Amino acid sequence: MAEKLLEIKNLKQYFNKGKANEVRAVDDISFDIYKGETLGLVGESGCGKSTTGRSIIRLYNATAGDVIFDGINVHGKKSKSELKIFNRKMQMIFQDPYASLNPRMKVMDIIAEGLDIHALTKTAKERKDRVHELLETVGLSKEHANRYPHEFSGGQRQRLGIARALAVDPEFIIADEPISALDVSIQAQVVNLLKELQEEKGLTYLFIAHDLSMVKYISDRIGVMFFGKLVELAPAEELYKNPLHPYTQSLLSAIPLPDPNYERTRVRKSYDPASHNYQDGEEIAMREVNPGHFVFCSEREFKSLK
Amino acid sequence: MEKILEVKDLQLSFHTFAGEVQAIRGVNFDLLKGETLAIVGESGSGKSVTTKAIMRLLPESSSEFKSGEILFNGRDLTKLSDREMRKIRGKDISMIFQDPMTSLNPTMPIGKQITEPLLKHQGVGRSEAKKIAIDLLRMVGMPKPELRIKQYPHQFSGGQRQRIVIAIALACNPKILIADEPTTALDVTIQAQILELMKDLQKKIDTSIIFITHDLGVVANVADRVAVMYGGRIVEMGTVDEVFYNPQHPYTWGLLSSMPSLDTDSKLYAIPGTPPDLLNPPKGDAFALRSEYALAIDLEQAPPVFKISDTHFASTWLLHPDAPQVEPPATIIERMKKFPGSRYYEGEAK
Repeated sequence: MAEKLLEIKNLKQYFNKGKANEVRAVDDISFDIYKGETLGLVGESGCGKSTTGRSIIRLYNATAGDVIFDGINVHGKKSKSELKIFNRKMQMIFQDPYASLNPRMKVMDIIAEGLDIHALTKTAKERKDRVHELLETVGLSKEHANRYPHEFSGGQRQRLGIARALAVDPEFIIADEPISALDVSIQAQVVNLLKELQEEKGLTYLFIAHDLSMVKYISDRIGVMFFGKLVELAPAEELYKNPLHPYTQSLLSAIPLPDPNYERTRVRKSYDPASHNYQDGEEIAMREVNPGHFVFCSEREFKSLK
Repeated sequence: MEKILEVKDLQLSFHTFAGEVQAIRGVNFDLLKGETLAIVGESGSGKSVTTKAIMRLLPESSSEFKSGEILFNGRDLTKLSDREMRKIRGKDISMIFQDPMTSLNPTMPIGKQITEPLLKHQGVGRSEAKKIAIDLLRMVGMPKPELRIKQYPHQFSGGQRQRIVIAIALACNPKILIADEPTTALDVTIQAQILELMKDLQKKIDTSIIFITHDLGVVANVADRVAVMYGGRIVEMGTVDEVFYNPQHPYTWGLLSSMPSLDTDSKLYAIPGTPPDLLNPPKGDAFALRSEYALAIDLEQAPPVFKISDTHFASTWLLHPDAPQVEPPATIIERMKKFPGSRYYEGEAK
């Protein structure tokens, strides 16, 4: 496959470190993201998938580990101008469209904020046109530019967030549950849009979500997280056909599909972390079971999976 | 089957600074005892407004019933006074909202919130109400309910909060439960648990459920019948099999093809354009401008409701005897192959 755009090495993100209430939100995970691909990250809330995304874009300072973007360490020391260049390359679409839009700014200014900071448009008319164009790409109309966020539904607000991220033509976008709040038909529009943009501009995505059928559709590879650990990482097709970690199997069996016959026969598996029966001293690590298919398991489990 | 709720030609408008928004433009449906009716459609299609109208939760200052009636137990809910309505709300008809964080009161222990409807409607004493609340919490699968009853909403996870909301909604054994996107904010594994819980409880207390969602997977899982709403009207209604395997309205086709199945590789079908502006609703079929199957008459006149079977209805001119026969999208033909009675049916091949 193509060159690596991002390398995440032993990333750890602990909150309240050293205190009694220490939370290991992300606990020693490593993976690569290749140029032009979409890496899906799934798992239930609290498993650390959003925290992983936020640590990668330096919204949190990582407790340990490295994030290397295009050969440069994201968490390394940077001057203001270096940070500015970096910020333009990496953008984020946030999970909560209610919290991520400034209620006191008009849509026009929210979307154009990035354009202004990076001086991407020269005239007021150009700025306006660009905002209108962005609004239309995300399925809104240009009349919306003069409104405030509270005038929009949750779905529309999320589309504003996407328009804002697209405004500065980034290379890498972290999409944190970008479509969870959208209608099915609009989800398809947005996902198609994200895919088109990817082909056009060679964008790379880290797509964090819990809607597994959409994740499979958009992703080239998928990582499954459970309690701060990456438990399985495989090409999308392979993960769905041949899930190996019991947690992945349980997660996949919980997705409802738009097919009543399938729904009548679907049996949900539950996952019990105690079922592994790990002995003391057993080393549990990511092991490559099939080419490109990694599972977080012990040596003993690895042998039985192979 | 016994009809528990009848909505007849409901029309409702909102008065805004911009003018009159015709949010519901003639909605008809029945709810049968013990069934789950799913209402699907995009934001602004009127699905939430319909259920809020049933609950009379819409602001009286800005909303107006234009015509129609909502019959529950022989009484027209649109005509009741606030006082009479309060006796029904939370007792005979109750509601589960989308976001459990905003539908629970953050300053009140959850026990107090669960006992509220019991004290109000059932006339039970405080200690009796507390006992029932503990039983309810146990019923919705909350561990250690005796202790947790004193805790506040922020001390619970999202899935647990939704269980509490369900416990409150079920406190008075309602005849109708309206669930407005109850699992949209939850994880798949938690969603699966909540759906199983709702189905289980439905069997126990024999309540009817109106389930609003835009997740067609969830619909396929829970619904007995499905109503598809678009532009303030129900455009197609039928049993879950009829709507998923023999859909007739182009909007339903669009909805079903825009969701990827686990084998979709090709580009997703996205319904082009945006929902209609209900300030100036289109004259003909509201979906015509976004539909590649639109006929000339669609722009002139709204289609009547055509009957496909005793339980299956759709409102599209394509079903008129004089309409040209059109080929539905490939993904829809694949679905129709599974439906006995459709012209693409392929027997037992599955």
